[in-house]
Amino acid sequence: MELVNIFVKSIFIDNMVFAYFLGMCSYLAVSKTVKTSFGLGIAVVFVLAITVPVDFLLNKYVLSEGSLAWLGEGFADIDLSFLSFIIFIAVIASMVQLVEMIVEKFAPTLYSSLGIFLPLIAVNCAILGGSLFMQERGYETLGEATAFGIGSGIGWLLAIVGIAAIREKLRYSNVPAPLRGLGITFIITGLMGIAFMSFMGIKL
Amino acid sequence: MSSEKEPLFSAKNLKLITTPLGAQNPITNQVLGICSALAVTAKLEPAIVMSISVMFVLVFSNLIISLIRNTIPSRIRIIVQLVIVAALVILVDQILKAFAYEVSKQLSVFVGLIITNCIIMGRLEAFALGNKPWASVLDGIGNAAGYGMILVIVAFFRELLGAGTLTLPGLGTLQIVPDFLYDLGYVNNGLMILPPMALVTVGIIIWVQRSRNKDLIES
Repeated sequence: MELVNIFVKSIFIDNMVFAYFLGMCSYLAVSKTVKTSFGLGIAVVFVLAITVPVDFLLNKYVLSEGSLAWLGEGFADIDLSFLSFIIFIAVIASMVQLVEMIVEKFAPTLYSSLGIFLPLIAVNCAILGGSLFMQERGYETLGEATAFGIGSGIGWLLAIVGIAAIREKLRYSNVPAPLRGLGITFIITGLMGIAFMSFMGIKL
Repeated sequence: MSSEKEPLFSAKNLKLITTPLGAQNPITNQVLGICSALAVTAKLEPAIVMSISVMFVLVFSNLIISLIRNTIPSRIRIIVQLVIVAALVILVDQILKAFAYEVSKQLSVFVGLIITNCIIMGRLEAFALGNKPWASVLDGIGNAAGYGMILVIVAFFRELLGAGTLTLPGLGTLQIVPDFLYDLGYVNNGLMILPPMALVTVGIIIWVQRSRNKDLIES
């Protein structure tokens, strides 16, 4: 039940885009058509589902204070948490590379549809944000971290597919010239965020 | 190479600082660095601290990359850039924790997210890899200032309208809206503090900027 709660919470209430503005750069740049934004969204879910648990394990057994105790008495009071940024970003970059190679080998059709988006993801702030939030909120088990990772990814997917659908329709409407393109996208995202705020307080 | 003899602040170099403040603003026109820009703007103080941190990281990473630009093999340049940026961000994070603990708590994960702030990677790729160190430093200052400018404007309006106060580093929270207005029935607009209004505020800034400068309008 706790897992379901974290999962739902990370999709709707703590939505990466609407509550924390993470991954906005690719969110704005790639949301012109539903098809491509769906591809990018799936890739983000995929990578978040892998990197958050991996970073969780690293954080628990290597980085946080006293976590090296399993190596022996002398290591018990080492605190490596200042290294977490550099380790997390290294994990993300290498995982993206690895995922790209695995997908290319075993699922060529998926690769050809995701292909161009995968390298972009390494510098998507939603991915690093996922790991940093996982560390800050102190999830306790691997299951919780995984549920959080997948949930955040799906929340991001929902947001980008939603805005892409709206932008496709927006082409036919008469937006004031200075607002066209970027400006109106910002305002619509804000309105979507207000809509998502109605989920606040839901607890399973 | 005529640039060897150029004065340090020639017209061309000054342009590197001024264009990102206006027509080529990183947030409203290049669409870079939005991720972390909006989340820290509910109050003025974190926005200012964030701008200074980004300026530090951007200037020094631009400088370092520009100094070693001829020795980096282009295939691994992304990794090299990430490592340099991450090292600088760790430095900023430790300094903030030591000297401005309260603000560093408020900024929480967003200090770490400077690593993946597209403004940094974007300027490294687009500018520092192909230009001399001094020009890169100026480009870093200009772009970070353009970024900070938007952050401070957004934070100013959000805090003023949302809480009636302004929080400045070193001065604490100042009450701007006078008490008698509250007695007359003025109410703070609590919506401005909530995340979605940051997006709407940036949208309005873009609107104002583009209606003043028609060249920027998208077709």
